[in-house]
Amino acid sequence: MSMLKINSSTLRFFGQAILLVFWSAMAAWASEPKGSSPHGTNIFAPASTPAKSIADLSVFVLVITGIIFVVVFVLLAYAVVKFRERAKDSGREPAQVYGSTQIELAWTIIPILIVVVLFLATARVIHAVQDAPEPADALDVIAIGHQYWWEFRYPKLGIVTANELHIPVSDPSHPTPTFLELLSADTDHSFWVPELAGKTDLIPNHPNKMWMDPQRTGVFLGQCAQYCGVQHAKMLLRISVDGPKDFASWVGAQQKPAVEDAGAVAGRRVFERNACMNCHQVGGTPADGRFGPDLTHLMSRATIAAGAAENTRDNLRLWIQNPSAIKQGSLMPAMKLSDADLDAVVSYMETLN
Amino acid sequence: MSSNVITVPVGQAQARPWVDELHQWLTTVDHKRLGILYIVSSLLFLALGGVEALIIRIQLMHSHRNFVSPQVFNQMFTMHGTTMIFFVAMPVLFGFANYLVPLMIGARDMAFPRLNAFSFWLSFLGGLLLYFSFLGGSGLYGAGSAPDVGWWSYAPLGARAFSPGHSSDYWTLALLVSGFGSIGTAINIIATILCLRCPDMKLNRMPLLVWLNLVMAGMVLIAITPLSAAQIMLLIDRYLGGHFFDTQAGGSAVLWMHFFWIFGHPEVYILIIPCFAFMSEIIPVFSRKPIFGYPVMVAATVCIAFVSLSVWAHHMFTIGMNSYANSFFTLTTMAVGIPTGIKIFNWIGTMWGGRIQFKTPMLFSIGFLFQFLIAGLTGIMMAASPFDWQLSLSYFVVAHFHYVIVGGILFALFAAFYYWYPKMTGRMLSERLGKWHFWLFLIGFHLTFDVMHIPGLLGMPRRIYTYEPGRGWDTLNLMVSIGAFIQALAILVFVANLIISYFKGARAGNDPWDAWTLEWSTSSPPPAYNFATLPTVASRRPLWDAKHPDNPDSHYE
Amino acid sequence: MAGLIIAESAIFTIFVVAYLFYLGKSITGPMPSEVLETPIFYTICLLSSSLTIHLAAKSLERDYTRLFLGFWLLTIALGGLFLYGTAQEWHRLIYEHGLTISTNLFGTTYYSLVGLHAFHVTAGLIMLLMVAIFGFVGRMGVSQSDRVAVLSMYWHFVDAVWVVVFTVVYVLGR
Repeated sequence: MSMLKINSSTLRFFGQAILLVFWSAMAAWASEPKGSSPHGTNIFAPASTPAKSIADLSVFVLVITGIIFVVVFVLLAYAVVKFRERAKDSGREPAQVYGSTQIELAWTIIPILIVVVLFLATARVIHAVQDAPEPADALDVIAIGHQYWWEFRYPKLGIVTANELHIPVSDPSHPTPTFLELLSADTDHSFWVPELAGKTDLIPNHPNKMWMDPQRTGVFLGQCAQYCGVQHAKMLLRISVDGPKDFASWVGAQQKPAVEDAGAVAGRRVFERNACMNCHQVGGTPADGRFGPDLTHLMSRATIAAGAAENTRDNLRLWIQNPSAIKQGSLMPAMKLSDADLDAVVSYMETLN
Repeated sequence: MSSNVITVPVGQAQARPWVDELHQWLTTVDHKRLGILYIVSSLLFLALGGVEALIIRIQLMHSHRNFVSPQVFNQMFTMHGTTMIFFVAMPVLFGFANYLVPLMIGARDMAFPRLNAFSFWLSFLGGLLLYFSFLGGSGLYGAGSAPDVGWWSYAPLGARAFSPGHSSDYWTLALLVSGFGSIGTAINIIATILCLRCPDMKLNRMPLLVWLNLVMAGMVLIAITPLSAAQIMLLIDRYLGGHFFDTQAGGSAVLWMHFFWIFGHPEVYILIIPCFAFMSEIIPVFSRKPIFGYPVMVAATVCIAFVSLSVWAHHMFTIGMNSYANSFFTLTTMAVGIPTGIKIFNWIGTMWGGRIQFKTPMLFSIGFLFQFLIAGLTGIMMAASPFDWQLSLSYFVVAHFHYVIVGGILFALFAAFYYWYPKMTGRMLSERLGKWHFWLFLIGFHLTFDVMHIPGLLGMPRRIYTYEPGRGWDTLNLMVSIGAFIQALAILVFVANLIISYFKGARAGNDPWDAWTLEWSTSSPPPAYNFATLPTVASRRPLWDAKHPDNPDSHYE
Repeated sequence: MAGLIIAESAIFTIFVVAYLFYLGKSITGPMPSEVLETPIFYTICLLSSSLTIHLAAKSLERDYTRLFLGFWLLTIALGGLFLYGTAQEWHRLIYEHGLTISTNLFGTTYYSLVGLHAFHVTAGLIMLLMVAIFGFVGRMGVSQSDRVAVLSMYWHFVDAVWVVVFTVVYVLGR
């Protein structure tokens, strides 16, 4: 019987130790940045100051909590192994100890000190990130959350786009951060691109603000993090951080009105005669609906339906014909066009560079 | 100590027809039977909530799966959360409180037996209402639809505009109704503890379980009611055209969040404090030592109760509160970790120098200590609000709170089941099946919830019915799902144990664990009247005093 | 009853918080200062009913059952008068000023808060009426004085809530 008991407790101890090693290994593996193009979504691979401040604070917190864990775990494991009942003990009760004021005082005061240290370190970062002043040459973007897509407006540049954000890379010696104002057209959303910043919610009637200053170019991924309805999972974010030349050329292209392609006149007529223009805007044409994404430069985007599908002719055709096939529950209605009309309007879409 | 059983002549104790027996159970006001009703009903809902969890895990095994539609998935996580919190955790804890509190204080029953019964049936009705939504939820169209707004039903998602039909209403009503049941039980517990203790049981001689249930009941009174108020406001918005949370009319979505979390945070302490109570009764008995630092354990719990009322907005770190508010809630959240941590030290202190017996209740208790420690530490991580700006709304949070609820609360509950089942049924649960249950569940639990932290760190948000490949989340989710099935298997072992032992378990006798509180002085199960004569107590461990007249506790207190 | 009062206080607190939070935030519609008239008379009625119920309870303790019944019925009358006053005010607000629960934030929070209170008054009056009936059939005596004390605690609570609601709605809110 006592052999069984020893096995049980030693097993326990080793079981817990194995878990410890396993978990540390997983954490180590997880903290390696994953590939570079597009970038991953690892909070420990920050590419922007807010994300970096958070990551640094996080490491500090992890170290402290890690030490606490090791200390308490060792005490627990030691108690479990050393004070287990052995065959020769049964029947006798151990010394009945009711408490110890000194020990209890010690293990009250030490945690209080730890909390004070953690709090002070944290408060610094809170203020650094939230109360950062906006420099004059920061880029202003307004992000409006919709069920299930993102609207982006650049008020000073006169640009309106959707789902894929382009922002300039920021040189640490002369920062050009991007400040986002976060609004919502319907329910709550949350803007989360882990490698660029912590998440901030988009709440109707409650404007929020966040900023980022990415220091590496490339594409950064993220998605909506606040449950907003049936297709919350498919409200993806794609941020392209561009070098100064690329950004300037992107801005220039976006500021132009829609391309007028004589070969797409039939498709454009389909677009304007059906209900499309009630929801969608195409700059420089009568179509100025605000309910759905701006399509003026649709072909400059890599994906459609907020990342739910790649921006290819087939997907575009399927999306217009039957959105439920790609994103069931999205608010885009199936347009019920004839095949000819459908092909024409897709061809028109393909001209919108 | 004189015999606490009134013997009944043999001829009178005959088996009744099953209809009579059923009637007895349905109309009972006996705290012991109501306790068992609470516990059994919570096990039924545990099965339902568990199936919902397995459906979620099958869907998320790898990216772009199509096991269920997005609509069904969203219903699954909403129902899973709502069921587990309101119709599993709360009832099972009320059930144990109902059963044990009067026995531990030497009372005949709770202060208001009929209110007790009424509260149970209200709670059960709430659960039925919630599940009826599967049949009746879409109102006009006739087809059923369970709520799919998440268990918090954030505004404006819960408003008529975004949740047409009646699925949200079932959610609201079910919680409102069971909330009233909870308030009734809380009033009962407080009145019982304050008024019905046996004469010598001063407040500082009560078992810790009684103290902690008193604190829990007090918290229920002021924490559940904000949710009830918010539910009423939501119903006014949905049915009377009110604008409490109508952002188009100037209403505030954030106000709902405040009201919900003013309930929501103390709620999780309401759930964990009775589990602390179980630990404080079980660990001493299996370490063969009294609890280390009884007065501080009480003080720490009261402290936790008060401080936990001031931390709620740590669930709202991402909504854009200003830096002062964020700092305040960071501080209070870290502060509440102090009395909680102290309790862990006290439990280890109880084991220190003892003679630890590794019976099944103790195995689960040790698991609790290890896991609650980790859960508390991941909580401290999220208390640091900038860290939380990354971790919030991701699978890291999901991992954290399941670590507390499954690794902490459920483990403590399993310990309580194995410890008090003999008292309730007169039979011991099988130690062999118990150990299988423990090890299987431990492995499954750690496989699922240790791994689950990592997708959160890698950017996986919660409440998504599918995810993109290439984010590094696939293998991790598969591991999480496998662990879930192992846990399900362990639960089956547990249920088998409960049923088989009821018929074939070894007879328990009054006091199978050689314990020290008053419930162990009665027969197993106790007679309807609990005690034939009012017990007298001279210390916190009356049965220790009786068994060790040469060295009673009363000399040291 | 103390437990119930604590729980109910929490519910009322949330409604009061909502009311205060939304003061001045209505986008349209009548504003409090435009339409609210301070119900002084009916407030006095309700608050005096606390006095009469206290006297009733005291009378019952001394087994003056007739006096008890008298004060008890007076309490019911005063409570009923208060409810009538609320109904009259609501009638005026709805039909003369067009303020309903769905008009604007003020309407929603006002009717909810005052309505919740009126609901509690109504529930209290029903219980008081039941006791009055017991009194008429001669079942109320000194042995019931504990129960009457508990019920009058509830009634005092309802009055105390009105003091808070009155201050928040009619004094602060205008």
